[in-house]
Amino acid sequence: MDFVLIQFLTGLSSASALFLIASGLTVIFGVTRIVNFAHGSFYMLGAYLAWTIVRAFWDWGGREPYLFVAGVIVAAIVVSLIGVAMEMTLLRRIYRAPELFQLLATFGVVLIIQDATLAIWGPEDLPLPRPPWLRGFIEIAGSRFPRYDLILAVIGPVVLGLLWLLFHRTRFGVLVRAATQDREMVAALGVDQRKLFSGVFFLGSALAGLGGALVLPSQSANLQMDLSIIAEAFVVVVVGGMGSVPGAFLASLLIAEVQAFGIVLLPKITLVLVFLVMAAVLMVRPYGLLGKPQAHARAQSGMVEPVLRPAPPILAWAGIAALALAASTPFWAGAYALTVLVELAVFVLFAASLHLMMGPGGVVSFGHAAYFGLGAYGAALGLRYLALPMEAGLVMAPLFAGLFGVVFGVFVVRLSGVYLAMLTLAFAQIVWAAAFQWVDITGGDNGILGVWPSAWATNKSVYLWLSLALCIGATMLLRRFVFSPFGYGLRAARDSELRAEAIGLDTARLRLVAFTIAAAAAGLAGGVYAYAKGSVFPTYISIPKSVDALLMVLLGGVQTVTGPIVGAIAYHGLFVGILQTTQYWRAALGLSIVLLVLAFPLGIAGFARARWERAKGLEAA
Amino acid sequence: MSAPVLDVRSIEKRFGGVHAVADVSFSVAAGEMLALIGPNGAGKSTCFNLVNGQLRADGGEVRLAGRSLAGIAPRAIWRLGVGRTFQITATFASMTVRENVQMALISHHRTLWSFLSRAADKFRAEADALLAQVGMAEQAERPCGVLAYGDLKRLELAVALANDPKLLLMDEPTAGMAPKERTALMELTRGIVRARGLACLFTEHDMDVVFGQADRILVMNRGRLIAEGTAETVRNDPAVREVYLGAGTTSGGH
Amino acid sequence: MSMTRRTILAASAATLAAPALVRAQGTQPIRIGEINSYTTLPAFTVPYRNGWQLRVEQINAAGGILGRPLEVVWRDDAGRPQDAVRLAGELLDNERVDILGGTFFSHVGLAVADFALQRKRLFVASEPLTDAIVWDKGNRYTFRLRPSTYMQAAMLVEEAAKLPAKRWVTVSPNYEYGQSAVKWFKQLLMAKRPDVEFVAEQWPALGRIDAGATVQALAQARPEAIYNVTFGPDLTNFVRQGNTRGLFERRSVVSLLTGEPEYLDPLADETPEGWVVTGYPWEQINTPEHTAFRDAYRARFNDYPRLGTVVGYDMITAIAEAIRKAGTTDNEKVIEALRGLPFNSPFGPVVFRALDHQATLGAYVGKTALRNNRGVMVDWRYADGANYLPSDDEVRRMRPQGA
Repeated sequence: MDFVLIQFLTGLSSASALFLIASGLTVIFGVTRIVNFAHGSFYMLGAYLAWTIVRAFWDWGGREPYLFVAGVIVAAIVVSLIGVAMEMTLLRRIYRAPELFQLLATFGVVLIIQDATLAIWGPEDLPLPRPPWLRGFIEIAGSRFPRYDLILAVIGPVVLGLLWLLFHRTRFGVLVRAATQDREMVAALGVDQRKLFSGVFFLGSALAGLGGALVLPSQSANLQMDLSIIAEAFVVVVVGGMGSVPGAFLASLLIAEVQAFGIVLLPKITLVLVFLVMAAVLMVRPYGLLGKPQAHARAQSGMVEPVLRPAPPILAWAGIAALALAASTPFWAGAYALTVLVELAVFVLFAASLHLMMGPGGVVSFGHAAYFGLGAYGAALGLRYLALPMEAGLVMAPLFAGLFGVVFGVFVVRLSGVYLAMLTLAFAQIVWAAAFQWVDITGGDNGILGVWPSAWATNKSVYLWLSLALCIGATMLLRRFVFSPFGYGLRAARDSELRAEAIGLDTARLRLVAFTIAAAAAGLAGGVYAYAKGSVFPTYISIPKSVDALLMVLLGGVQTVTGPIVGAIAYHGLFVGILQTTQYWRAALGLSIVLLVLAFPLGIAGFARARWERAKGLEAA
Repeated sequence: MSAPVLDVRSIEKRFGGVHAVADVSFSVAAGEMLALIGPNGAGKSTCFNLVNGQLRADGGEVRLAGRSLAGIAPRAIWRLGVGRTFQITATFASMTVRENVQMALISHHRTLWSFLSRAADKFRAEADALLAQVGMAEQAERPCGVLAYGDLKRLELAVALANDPKLLLMDEPTAGMAPKERTALMELTRGIVRARGLACLFTEHDMDVVFGQADRILVMNRGRLIAEGTAETVRNDPAVREVYLGAGTTSGGH
Repeated sequence: MSMTRRTILAASAATLAAPALVRAQGTQPIRIGEINSYTTLPAFTVPYRNGWQLRVEQINAAGGILGRPLEVVWRDDAGRPQDAVRLAGELLDNERVDILGGTFFSHVGLAVADFALQRKRLFVASEPLTDAIVWDKGNRYTFRLRPSTYMQAAMLVEEAAKLPAKRWVTVSPNYEYGQSAVKWFKQLLMAKRPDVEFVAEQWPALGRIDAGATVQALAQARPEAIYNVTFGPDLTNFVRQGNTRGLFERRSVVSLLTGEPEYLDPLADETPEGWVVTGYPWEQINTPEHTAFRDAYRARFNDYPRLGTVVGYDMITAIAEAIRKAGTTDNEKVIEALRGLPFNSPFGPVVFRALDHQATLGAYVGKTALRNNRGVMVDWRYADGANYLPSDDEVRRMRPQGA
């Protein structure tokens, strides 16, 4: 029993740390509907700033507890100012852009902050020296329990209480709650939305900074903090119910305790545990523990989806010319150009497959890399266990991914909005964890090697042609689907579920079929990629890969059919180009993303279409 | 009179302690416009949703052309020949006017699961004919997102007619429209109902529309039917007068 | 993929490599293509880069190899094997490098190794630890410099077997490296000490350790000794919780890599004393070759060397020696030269084994201690890698035919 008590208390202190960061994220999401990827970066900045500030205070006045507290608070305030600066200079300009476009911008900020942190604080982990009072412990049930952990365990509920007071006793808080429930209503009441949003970013970023500063006594400030926390913070927010602070508290408690006891019973389950919890909660409660059904997310963005029109002939000709140019590369360019072109073909299909769901389907996936990876693994496992040749492997890839697409899709299509997106992320993380940790079957992070093409396709030119045929062919097929009765049905289900059901459309099945097709197409892309690289790794399934796909679609323009193609080429071109030309490529890439977001709030192809429609005098919705 | 298209027998619905619909029975015949009226909270919408399958009745029976609709999803009810319009228009904003109708026709003709043909080429003439019926032919190419509200209502009507329905359910069809437009829309509807021999059940707040266009009127209050009959009968019914007395007038009700 | 882009790339690559560039008039430099996770793990890869840079400068100052200067063209793989493979292709096809080298992560190393096999080009894997790269997945074109997971585990087992402890627990990040490190340790220790038992294991997710809960779960098993494989931020977190909760008191701890400055320095004044570790006590090694190396490094970068520095330095030495011996950059001939090639490391003499292409570079085994509020290694000795490898027959069984 003593052990249970100690482990429970340990769980409580982890829960507090988790709650601090998740509460900020949930407040920001609740009011602004922004999925703020940079929240993890603010957490990291909180830790780094606290490292600098607390040490400066200590150098000045001795290692006193009150100076630690002061340093933590100053760090949190500096972080909150950075958060407000991001809101005012960047996000404010793009609130009218399509939903999730802000996600793209915040991801650009993540990249910039990563490099800025590296440049300012250097590459090494920075531990805060712990004076004796931070190392102290008390005896509980015969075990030593860190006093600081006890303080942390108390801070969580205290912050929850303070937030409650803020939300119930101040005008700002009342507005925040009102906006979380009904943003339009608050706007209609004449509240200055800009101030409200800035205020929310101030509060949310302060909480992230506080969270980062407060973990400093137990862990060093390091450059991996941002991405390692963000996924878990999202999980907490979603499990709790998006926008619900008490929900975030409950969820952090649940997850931290499940983790604390889970690792005793099943030590190897560490990585998947939180995502299993999330998947389970979402299956039972589609809006999280304390969340309420959102008004349809699309209605809130205030955007009307434009009418989809088939490509004008000039665009079709341009496409054919580009394809012909690509296919002729072997005759005039070097081998490396062929490698990059194969990748481009693969990413075009990858992005187009995600777009089928995101655009016409209105279903945003944060875990699309799962199907890309499953395709790659389908081919590789087929080789490893069944000795399948490339030809069979390329059939296996979409089948394997499509199979998982059906299974996961059944659960996914029951949800909507960000909850749906997070469930796709949960499934992707479970698949990733299996690939990463199930070493006996998948080879773990060492992957599966020797996945090379059959003899006839080893020649780089031949493989390029094969990739173009498969990937561009499949992309064209997806495009065709968009304009088919099925594609119209899918769009109908997105535009108005009520009307779609009222004219006899089975919207859940439409989405499931779209999900499966998208999964299979991503799987084919993964298969082609596997044979191009010769090997398969869990990195194909990782969150950054899913984010890549999102970025490509959003950058190109989610509301056009050509968007994902343009986006894939632009993004991968940018990535490949910058990666090799600058040491600070992340900052350069991040900055490019931010600038593109500001210049083309409808995406590149969306921008082009708007110009074209205006020139032609077409009525745009 | 021939057998009714819609026959509602003693339907019941409770929400917790509230008896939202209590022992309501009525029927609608082919070619008939039946209005369902009553003050706010009288149970009209609940009643409506029990008929269209959105809600499941706790008791009683709803029959469409003799067939029970108990436990059938809205999607399937539509297949049995029920067209609907909504209080707040529900159309597909990313499609043109014609494509909205084509979508309904595609579903009606069961060609949804076709992946390679072009939806824009499907049932074009049929769609244009329906649009012509509601006076929207000239606007067929326009994006539906830019239509005026009255035009959206007409479009909804065209969509509702796409499955060649036996019964038309219209929830507050003229809500949010200018008075002139209201009469025009309902006259159009009445013409179509007569010509096609449909049965039409609608709820409505505008008493001018109700008394001008309905063949028969049902009045609900607190979940019960309190009166039924022609405009004249209902207008002179003491119970109805009492219910509407608070408003002091027979029109309006918001 | 126009010509302009390629020209830009080539030009920029030249600028990037500029510090390492010595333009001997009229002679074509020998080009080494180097790929590493520079942005993902800067704490390790930056000292490593300085290491190879120093060695390139030294060699060029001494007249180069075969009368030609050395030049390194380096790329950042961002920790992604798929990008590493693309960059390897770019280096070979666009930059026309003669030899490939580098990589830190095991999966990146394996990906490039397999690519090297496919393209029949030499690849000197400097840092990856996975055993697979020279054994099960070994190939003719791949050589590995750093002592592998097996070798380092074997070094620790030698010490662990001397401990009286019988009840062991393990804590290790849950991925291939962690799993191999535990597997070998258990297997080798049980072979030497049939009386030991492993009573619990913890597998925190890499970079996501829940340290308090992990420490408590280990303590619950009442072990006499702990085998630790965590490193980096996980290790700091684990050590702090362990210190406060008293996990390490009256217990032996055996810990992989913890004595390397990359991992030891962040522990600072909380470095637990008496842990048996593998590592690199850079300030105490005063052999002539190491002193010279340390002084040169200090003079050039005004910093002290890390383990990565030695690895980067040795990679260039080995490649240069092999080319010198082969008299050409023809990869097949350089490979023949590398097989069995002796060369001098700051750690002492090292040989690239012909048997499995593993270098016999060793590591220092010792105990941790606190001196002036920072962690150091004491009672250390150099464990020559040659003594911590399985028998030749076993290696032959593991390595693919014809590799």
